[in-house]
Amino acid sequence: MLFKLGSLFMKPGAKLAMLAFAVVFPFLASNEYQVYVMASAFVWAIAVYGLNIITGYCGQLNLAHGGFFAIGAYTLGLLTADAGWSFWPAFIAALVVTAVLGFLVGIVSLRLKEHYFAIFTLCVGFIIYLLIDKWEELTHGPIGVRDIAAPYGFGVVDFTETTPFYYLVLAFLVFAIWFMGRLSRSLLGRTFIAIRNGDELAQSLGINLMRNKVLAFVLSTTYAGMAGALYAGMVRFIGPEEANIIHTFDMITYLLVGGIGTLTGPLLGTVGIVWITQSLQFLEEYRMIIFGPLLVILVIFFPRGITGQFLTWMHHKAQSIAPAKKRKESKVVTTQRREVENNA
Amino acid sequence: MLKVEHLTKMFGGLAAVNDVSVEFEAGKINAIIGPNGAGKSTFFNLISGMHQPTSGRILLDGEDVTRMPSDQVARLGVGRTFQTTNLFEQATVVDNLIVGHRLRTQSGLWDVLINSKRLQREEKAARDKAMEALDFVGLTHVAGQFIADITQEERKRVAFALALATDPKIVLLDEPAAGVNPEETEGFAALMRKMVDNGLTVCLIEHKMDMIMSLADKIMVLDHGEKIAEGTPEQVRNNPVVIEAYLGGEDDAAA
Repeated sequence: MLFKLGSLFMKPGAKLAMLAFAVVFPFLASNEYQVYVMASAFVWAIAVYGLNIITGYCGQLNLAHGGFFAIGAYTLGLLTADAGWSFWPAFIAALVVTAVLGFLVGIVSLRLKEHYFAIFTLCVGFIIYLLIDKWEELTHGPIGVRDIAAPYGFGVVDFTETTPFYYLVLAFLVFAIWFMGRLSRSLLGRTFIAIRNGDELAQSLGINLMRNKVLAFVLSTTYAGMAGALYAGMVRFIGPEEANIIHTFDMITYLLVGGIGTLTGPLLGTVGIVWITQSLQFLEEYRMIIFGPLLVILVIFFPRGITGQFLTWMHHKAQSIAPAKKRKESKVVTTQRREVENNA
Repeated sequence: MLKVEHLTKMFGGLAAVNDVSVEFEAGKINAIIGPNGAGKSTFFNLISGMHQPTSGRILLDGEDVTRMPSDQVARLGVGRTFQTTNLFEQATVVDNLIVGHRLRTQSGLWDVLINSKRLQREEKAARDKAMEALDFVGLTHVAGQFIADITQEERKRVAFALALATDPKIVLLDEPAAGVNPEETEGFAALMRKMVDNGLTVCLIEHKMDMIMSLADKIMVLDHGEKIAEGTPEQVRNNPVVIEAYLGGEDDAAA
């Protein structure tokens, strides 16, 4: 009981502490490059949150996620650099384009189940890469897109600088996590989880599979589009490599390490791995010798990632403390009190 | 209540269910028995809309539900359990059950975004329903435990509760007592009687003959997709065709 109450108080506290750390990070960082790395980690984290909706909550392994990230980036890039739009209209357009394309890809690909869906979306991701690489009239092909606009600044705030952009990304990340939290606790989030548990069971509970899967898919591609657009606004130069399948697998790794189907997992996984990668930079490609076994161990022993393991541990701790507390208090327990305990 | 007319399901050239007509009365326990591969589960899948029949009609309270998708059939009041139920292992029992009432709610994406009154009201209703179903199957004491930490028998009861949370009129139970010991089997029989006493119609597939014979009001026997007998336990027990199907075939009927 006490432990449960304690964890309740701890939870918002932990969130606030994380937010406070993120806010003061640019002042703690020893150079601008670190702020840049953190900002890009946040951008990827937003995309990973999107992947978490369709793959973590709804259980459909979407391998086109990196492709939608690139579509978001290219929509913003081409509209600002070639069509002369300013950042925010192009940003909205990027969200709309990835949502609409997500809907179209979703209604076709989600007719397939499990690994067939994964293979199909793998192909979709590769087609997106090929389109960006070969359709030179539109995308400039391998040359890429230059001179992408950053958002207009105000007062002393200039978004072409790293630190202001860091705070912009942070704001979007907070919104992304806030919405995810609300979604995952809602009936809609529970509907997605029911689909993950099994198509047939979900249908027997009166859940329309196609409608809910498409909704989850569109949400996830919109998240990817948002991340992609922010990425384009931050680096301001993009190429076909943004659609490389390797980014999708990176995001899956972040998700698995942090905790698939959890709320803080995508953030922990992304920020953690991005910084480990940074600090192992001196090993170059040999860093995979460390990463590979680490990932294998994690998947074997902690299949739900760091956050999943932590939540399970917390739950068992609470469960084992609750009966002990009950026994202690049994002398003075009144009916009313027991009710309170049951509701806790 | 549930009326099936000349129902046939072909898988390629094989008739999994062949010209079966039967009527299940409201407020009764109806059992479907038959050797393995007789088409019992296919029959359930046809009624619940999981499979579309090749021909024939299915009427629920007079309404034609033959070609309806399964989620719509569920909304009309057909609940079901499966031989195995995959649940979210690292979530509590009650958290797993809340979604059972989802089909009676309306909230969509917009309600989530603005955290609407409707969403709050519906979430409370769904949670109350989950607790009510849990109370019905006698599992209130494990409400806060993870699915991974409860026993096999409790899992089966949770599957019952999940079907009950959908507010069904009829529940289709696929081998509810498979893999549980005799004492627990008696517990499930009592639970099914309780469901009928509360106005539900029960329809079950089962291999445990002792249980069926003492529990069912009506038994339908399937063999090779065809209905070979129908009637009270007494009638079915003494039917020579049934005895032939069970003892004469190669299938292990008493499994």
